[in-house]
Amino acid sequence: MENGFSSPRNDSFPAGLRVLVVDDDPTWLKILEKMLKKCSYEVTTCGLARDALNLLRERKDGYDIVISDVNMPDMDGFKLLEHVGLEMDLPVIMMSVDGETGRVMKGVQHGACDYLLKPIRMKELRNIWQHVFRKKILEIRDIEGHESFEGIQISRNGSDLSDDGHMFCGEDMTSVKKRKDFDNKHDEKDFGDHSSAKKHRVVWSVDLHQKFVKAVNQIGFDKVGPKKILDLMNVPWLTRENVASHLQKYRLYLSRLQKESDLKASFGGIKHSDMHLKDPAGSFGLQSSINTNQNDVANGRYQFSAHKLFGQDVDVKILEGDLKGIFSEHMPDTKKTLNADNPDPQETSSQMSFDHSFASLGSEVNYEAFDCRIWSEAPKIELKREHKPLLQLEDGFSQLPPCAPEHHVKIDKLHPVPSVTSGLSLTARDVSGPIKNEPLYAEYQSNRVSHVSPKKCESFPVQSKSHMVVNHQSYESVSTAISSMKPQGFNLSCITDFDYSQRNLKASDSTLAPFNETACLLQGDFHNKYFGLPNIEFTGCNDPSFLAEIPVHWHDTLTSDYECPLDPTEYSIFDQGLFIA
Amino acid sequence: MELGQMQGRLAEYTRSLYMEGILDAQFLQLQQLQDESNPDFVVEVVSLFFEDSEKLLNDIARALDQQSVDFKRVDAHVHQLKGSSASVGAQRVKDACVAFRNCCEEQNVEGCLRCLQQVKQEHYLVKNKLETLFRLEQQIVAAGGSVPMAEMTF
Repeated sequence: MENGFSSPRNDSFPAGLRVLVVDDDPTWLKILEKMLKKCSYEVTTCGLARDALNLLRERKDGYDIVISDVNMPDMDGFKLLEHVGLEMDLPVIMMSVDGETGRVMKGVQHGACDYLLKPIRMKELRNIWQHVFRKKILEIRDIEGHESFEGIQISRNGSDLSDDGHMFCGEDMTSVKKRKDFDNKHDEKDFGDHSSAKKHRVVWSVDLHQKFVKAVNQIGFDKVGPKKILDLMNVPWLTRENVASHLQKYRLYLSRLQKESDLKASFGGIKHSDMHLKDPAGSFGLQSSINTNQNDVANGRYQFSAHKLFGQDVDVKILEGDLKGIFSEHMPDTKKTLNADNPDPQETSSQMSFDHSFASLGSEVNYEAFDCRIWSEAPKIELKREHKPLLQLEDGFSQLPPCAPEHHVKIDKLHPVPSVTSGLSLTARDVSGPIKNEPLYAEYQSNRVSHVSPKKCESFPVQSKSHMVVNHQSYESVSTAISSMKPQGFNLSCITDFDYSQRNLKASDSTLAPFNETACLLQGDFHNKYFGLPNIEFTGCNDPSFLAEIPVHWHDTLTSDYECPLDPTEYSIFDQGLFIA
Repeated sequence: MELGQMQGRLAEYTRSLYMEGILDAQFLQLQQLQDESNPDFVVEVVSLFFEDSEKLLNDIARALDQQSVDFKRVDAHVHQLKGSSASVGAQRVKDACVAFRNCCEEQNVEGCLRCLQQVKQEHYLVKNKLETLFRLEQQIVAAGGSVPMAEMTF
């Protein structure tokens, strides 16, 4: 039924929101009903948890959100919460006159998207629509990621390869938007189905990716095709589509590497220009950005950028030669891996400087992990555009720890290493895709047309500061991983840490949230409005539930979430991260 | 008494209830929720509350009267009462419930009985006060006037 959500741009939204209120206290039921009606919501009241569950089961799509009291005679509110979350996947808000931290914590742990204290104010009820909206958006992104990624990849293949990425935003925005709108509508109808039938994502592990690269090299890069690769890889569960999208990403990555061969010098531009990267151009933006926007980076932009790394073409070049020094400083692990081919991991001031920035990021960066991540998510990138890399990065972050030791950096042969930085910039472009944060990207893109902004570097260090460090680290590790990537590709061992990163993400949710908001706001795009970020009540509902619910797509969400806030500074940081790796 | 005077009296009376802490901001919210589509909203809600709370008080008394008092059960009832009283803004009743819960924790029957007394007292008080308030309102409406929307100025 039409519930106002099918089109986020519907002016009447959130009017008509279908709320189910469950409370054993008749007085409260009456009051809440009245309050919700005043918010123009459609209210159904229930005095018993059992009745509520029955109602929900009868009409699976009959409600948008459930508000339930914690203390009920027939069933514990938390139990109801679990049931609703599992069976119907609806956002649930808990209420209680008891605001004890332990109780609130329990609510959140059980998946409540918010916990309200009685007496409840009108303004609190007015805002509950955000939880519904947020969920829808995440679902859309998820679905789109699955469905549209392939299509977008293919359609963009040509353009991607031809332009250096800066153009992406411009041209793709419209098309992506249109596509997104279409998908939104399309997806909306299927929401019920989608929520329960998420597509299986292919995680491009290091091994898998190596197989892939091996196959590609065997066939010959010029003659390569998804079918041939698939046959050679001999992975039964892999589909042609998976390979196709992965190949697309790989191609982009390689092309960027080539284009940015002179970016190595610019890499050195990171804040400390003594980095001896060949091109001081700083298209990477690593240079300057390192310092400045740490906060941004910390908060999750980092994550975003991480994804973008994928697309970045800069990294490879830089990684190849000069990064070694950089990585070595910070991360003993990465250093080793990175320097496999480089005799002198530790030397050079450039390294030092680079390390500096990275150091802040944390020493656990597993670039390798990053690498893995980048690739692992590749096929799933939700963003129609290059966002997908973002996803990967996300994973990379999480993956960090385990990956590090596995990859031996052969910087020389880092071609495959995705240029993280370029990826970042790409993301800006790409962002304009499905994610509602599009505007952000679009804007970013225009800013970025020239290059990864110098601000990027800044963001990087920021990350280390926040609890986002984890992400950063992963970022870093990713970069190192990238650099250390053997010619064959990314060391995609990172799948394991997904949870880790996930946890971190959750932790950083609160920090991320504000950034997201800011980023979006900065971009000033109308998307922000739709995005439902205005409240950014992450702290209120860090949504461990939603995070928990989407472990698999977590990175997806993250990427999409962070796309918006990603601004040039983030990109630069991202770039740096790439290098560092 | 003329309309204006009645309205003045009502306003003053309402204010005193707030000042004395018998009612809190929640009651004001209830009043603000009332509109033409629901002109008796507040009265209905309050009636519901008293209906429910009286039952609860009886349950509590019964539970405390047992040979072996089930304090968990008593506490559950008190918690419920606390929530209910919070819904109508019966602040003193709510506060008395909070104290009552502490007694339950201590598993002290004597203390609980004392607390119950206190809650009953507050409950009785707010009931009377609200009845008076509603009566005043009725008189005004009967006289053709409208009940002024209360505003918190303190």
